[in-house]
Amino acid sequence: MVYLTRKAEFSASHYYHSPDMTPEENQRLFGKCNNPHGHGHNYTLEVTVKGSVDARSGFVVDLKQLKEIMNREVIDVLDHRFLNKEIAEFQDQIPTTENLAINIWNRLKPKLSLATLHRVRVYETPELFVDYYGEA
Amino acid sequence: MKAYLTRRYWFSASHRLNCASMSAEENRSVYGKCNNPHGHGHNYALEVTVGGAVDPRTGMVCNLADLDAFVQERILDRFGHENLNTLSEFKDLVPTTENLCVALYDILERGFRHAQIDKVRMEETMLNSFEYAGGREIRT
Repeated sequence: MVYLTRKAEFSASHYYHSPDMTPEENQRLFGKCNNPHGHGHNYTLEVTVKGSVDARSGFVVDLKQLKEIMNREVIDVLDHRFLNKEIAEFQDQIPTTENLAINIWNRLKPKLSLATLHRVRVYETPELFVDYYGEA
Repeated sequence: MKAYLTRRYWFSASHRLNCASMSAEENRSVYGKCNNPHGHGHNYALEVTVGGAVDPRTGMVCNLADLDAFVQERILDRFGHENLNTLSEFKDLVPTTENLCVALYDILERGFRHAQIDKVRMEETMLNSFEYAGGREIRT
């Protein structure tokens, strides 16, 4: 079993607001992130797949195909977007980095027949990242 | 009390990805640019993680000098500035970074006696990395 991690970057804007809370509660909980005009991040995405090394090719997965799937299913969809307004799932879900990692997992999982998806890691900034392993 | 220590090393090497049992067309289609007959190179980052009980006297899992000396002699001196295809490990094995990662883990696992080898992680480029823990599951 070898693990392979591929990195990619995208930039997007978002803001945090819960319709179940009063404006004061939203402001208190989310602070600056509650600004309805949004703010942005340069996100770094790390996708880890696992599998056995093919005896002939020496590959766990064809990196070119993995890169294409990541670009098509995630980067092309999220890059330079306002997540709250342009991504359907975030119309009624707060686009926190936690939810974003789960969202990306759900986009990739059904498209990855090449190898087993092991982990999605999303860095919101170099100092803050979230890992999701597909656990309920 | 068990702790894990990771040390990072660098070496540069060249390789060509070509499988003897595939046709020339198949090799080109599977490996793309990496099939260039003249080869190409990378600056590989190698991360070795060892695990073990912290020695109550030294406060160490293992003496870093022992790990450095082993990696220098058995890995960096052998693999650094070499064409991987010419090494015995890759006589019948395509030197993908998957196979390189497994080969380096095996060298460490068989030869290093001062601590248990937990994991080997290799970066082939800024965007691609590989991990192997002797077939064990890796959490992070």
